[in-house]
Amino acid sequence: MAKRIAVDPITRIEGHLRIEAQIDGGKIVDAWASSTAFRGIETILKGRDPRDAHHFTQRFCGVCTTVHSMASIRAVEDALNIQIPDNARLIRNLIMGIQNVQDHVIHFYHLHALDWVDITSALNADPAATAKFAQSISNWPKSSATYFKGVKEKLAAFAGTGRLGPFQNAYWGHSAYKLPPEANLMAVAHYLEALEWQKDVIKIHAILGSKNPHPQTFLVGGMSIPVDPDSQNAINADKIAYIRKLLRKARAFVEQVYIPDLLAVAPAYLDWAGIGGGVGNYLSYGDFPMDNSPGTGSLFMPRGVIMGKDLANVMEMDEKKITEYVSHSWYDYSTGDDKGLHPYKGETSHNYTGPKPPYEFLDTDGKYSWVKSPRYMDQPMEVGPLARILVAYASGVKEVKDTVGFVLNTLGAPASALFSTLGRTAARGIDALLLAQKNELWLDQLADNMGRGIYETFNKEKWDPATWPKEAQGFGYHEAPRGALGHFIRIENQKIANFQAVVPSTWNAGPRDAAGQMGPYESALIGTPIADPEKPLEILRTIHSFDPCLACAVHLYEDNQEIARHELMVN
Amino acid sequence: MKTDLDVVSPPIPEDILQRVEAKGINRRDFIKFCTATTAALALPVSFIPTVAQAVEDKRPPVIWVEYQSCSGDSEAFLRGNQPTAGELILDLISLEYSDVVMAAAGHQAEEAKLQAMEKYKGQYILIVEGSIPTGADGAYCTIGGHSAVEDCKKLVQNAAATICVGSCSSFGGIPAAAPNPTDAVSVGSLVPGATIINLPGCPVNATNLTATIVHFMTFGKLPAVDSLSRPKFAYGKRIHDNCERRGHFDAGQYAEAFGDAAHRQGHCLYKLGCKGPESFHNCPTVRYNEGTSWPVMAGHGCIGCSEPGFWDTMSPFYRRLPKVPGFGIEDTADKIGIGLAAATAVAFGIHGVASCFRKGDAMEEDKVVKED
Repeated sequence: MAKRIAVDPITRIEGHLRIEAQIDGGKIVDAWASSTAFRGIETILKGRDPRDAHHFTQRFCGVCTTVHSMASIRAVEDALNIQIPDNARLIRNLIMGIQNVQDHVIHFYHLHALDWVDITSALNADPAATAKFAQSISNWPKSSATYFKGVKEKLAAFAGTGRLGPFQNAYWGHSAYKLPPEANLMAVAHYLEALEWQKDVIKIHAILGSKNPHPQTFLVGGMSIPVDPDSQNAINADKIAYIRKLLRKARAFVEQVYIPDLLAVAPAYLDWAGIGGGVGNYLSYGDFPMDNSPGTGSLFMPRGVIMGKDLANVMEMDEKKITEYVSHSWYDYSTGDDKGLHPYKGETSHNYTGPKPPYEFLDTDGKYSWVKSPRYMDQPMEVGPLARILVAYASGVKEVKDTVGFVLNTLGAPASALFSTLGRTAARGIDALLLAQKNELWLDQLADNMGRGIYETFNKEKWDPATWPKEAQGFGYHEAPRGALGHFIRIENQKIANFQAVVPSTWNAGPRDAAGQMGPYESALIGTPIADPEKPLEILRTIHSFDPCLACAVHLYEDNQEIARHELMVN
Repeated sequence: MKTDLDVVSPPIPEDILQRVEAKGINRRDFIKFCTATTAALALPVSFIPTVAQAVEDKRPPVIWVEYQSCSGDSEAFLRGNQPTAGELILDLISLEYSDVVMAAAGHQAEEAKLQAMEKYKGQYILIVEGSIPTGADGAYCTIGGHSAVEDCKKLVQNAAATICVGSCSSFGGIPAAAPNPTDAVSVGSLVPGATIINLPGCPVNATNLTATIVHFMTFGKLPAVDSLSRPKFAYGKRIHDNCERRGHFDAGQYAEAFGDAAHRQGHCLYKLGCKGPESFHNCPTVRYNEGTSWPVMAGHGCIGCSEPGFWDTMSPFYRRLPKVPGFGIEDTADKIGIGLAAATAVAFGIHGVASCFRKGDAMEEDKVVKED
């Protein structure tokens, strides 16, 4: 008999996400993804100075911090046709690059690992055997029997207190956990190491951006962090050396811990290469400009669209083909809820029609989420590291082809294995590895510019709003760790007239559209085996493989009345 | 006369060190942590053993909840160094609930929260991240089908103390910025009269959070606060007064544009919109990411993120403050922040503050002309 379950909250993500699923015959037969929190930051942005937008939008999310600053700065620069100096491009690449690497490692160890790793089983591990296993997969210098003995003792002492804190009440002992105790102990050790590592390597954001989370040095037209080898108050030789040290630390961990762990754990879960595929359409905006030429030609990660898993055909991305639906989202369109609107033309007002809390289940026939449903050519699209890597792979980017080939060969899996929960998790590792290896090049180029006396980080030509046209609109793109991020801005009379963000988790977490097509989360859950509906570990695996970020995903535009009110306020 | 010898810290008792070592904590790290925390709390070094004893044997239950948040404060917590998040979670506190970190999900996660609330009633520390939306009967934020309003009230009322991390739970933050579409409020507004302390900042500085927890563990009460419920040890001084660029301000040396020679040489950012003169926070001394940097050090003005309503009162962020009064270095938020707090109340009440800044502009323009 079919059974309806709700998993709420989905933890180890950013934001508030609820999954409802219908289970029949030990499998998910229907699924609904709902975001249960809403702030309305786009509403708050209206009428404000476009140069301030990045401070506001950065607060969409503190996990994928930096990414919304990047996209909104680019949107304003696109609208006003501003060219940034080469140093600003390089500093931005470094900030984005290390963000991807650090965020992916945190995701793998701290948000996703416990779906595959049973911590309680680590208590039965033999430290010597663990050391032998760890040494067989990597030269990481810490992997001694003494080290793993220490970790095991620490874990045992913690468990011995009987107060398990954040590890209580989990699905430990679930039949879907397949790793031997030694692999589990190694993973616990690396969970703790990654916790130390992440706070160190992200100091690059503090050096270049003042702090993390929420770095503050972005500017429309460049960056506020100065470059000057003859100043202690700017990026100088000391700071270049410090950043280099941190980049090497970042790369070493990815190469010697993250990737070996991924490749060691995956064989136990190869069945997940056939589960969780989802919509099979992939979108990447591309990112990391390799030079300062206009257009998207020089992007290290190329822009493109793949439909129906067809890797032989990468289509050009045209942002005009994006629409958003609210058929099942708690918003109203004046032109009818079942007609999609392009973000520039978005007009919406929030209108909660769900059950009054507390509630047990949502009415999924009606509206059931604060996330809208973005579509590309009216099709649901998956975005994220998998989409980014697939577009680059299918576009023939050599480094990407080589790395993907290496991973597939090691696992003995065909390219089609990538269209899955496991593929998504593997692609994230590949993405981290490629960027960890690329970051130092951008640092070299920055140092080289400095050596040649090029210190400019900011183009002040259009800083003064008096130089702006009366009306302008722009699209700011970014490939955030979680995927294709687009900010759309309309500027009128030096103020934000409309601001809209179509973010990775909007693409992935959106509910059904007017045609009833499921969003990527929902679609990926269909057919997933559920051993115990009381402990739906399998749902966490697939949902976490997308790396959800819900605070980002929820946004709205405002009705005219609210615009009027806000204009009154600022004028 | 006092010599250096007089201020050498008393030793942490050997038995405490042995016990922490048995738990797998490095003894030198532990001493370092206790010393740094004592300093962060502005306590005399003679308190180091007291701090050591407090953190060694209590492991207080902590419940960390998020409502209208971006998880930036949770992330800041993960960037902590003295102690690290790993040490905190495993050795120093018992983190009963945390969206971002916890292994459990769904109803098992909610059960863990409720069980901790019942079992440690009146004893647990509640940490709240994010504002609470009161509009639409609480439907703008629900967890496990329950509204944030209901969840927060219950948890605050049963806590020993509530620490509001970041500007959203402290003052409403960005969701409460005009026009406050969801009727978002701070914890203090939602549950008046509760024992709370505000650690605003966007995000909170992890060092200040740790120091507050340890203060509570050491003395059984929250540290002394200003009129905005912010601990004095962290928010007692104006950024402007402790700023590393203060000398340039006093000497009249300003960066005129981002990237100009004065900007590159670290001159004062006041003309580029720095809000340090109206903001109370220990950023210049504690900095972020283990003391690596802070906004002014990285060439960008302060945006005043530790002040109530800063999204409305401090923006536009690149417009220079109308005037910088010449307050003495000893002034505190309570003495000179009253005007600001009043302006903020107006902003929340009738959204009138922007026009007050408009007036300020005229004054500012005058000043610029004169100076240039």
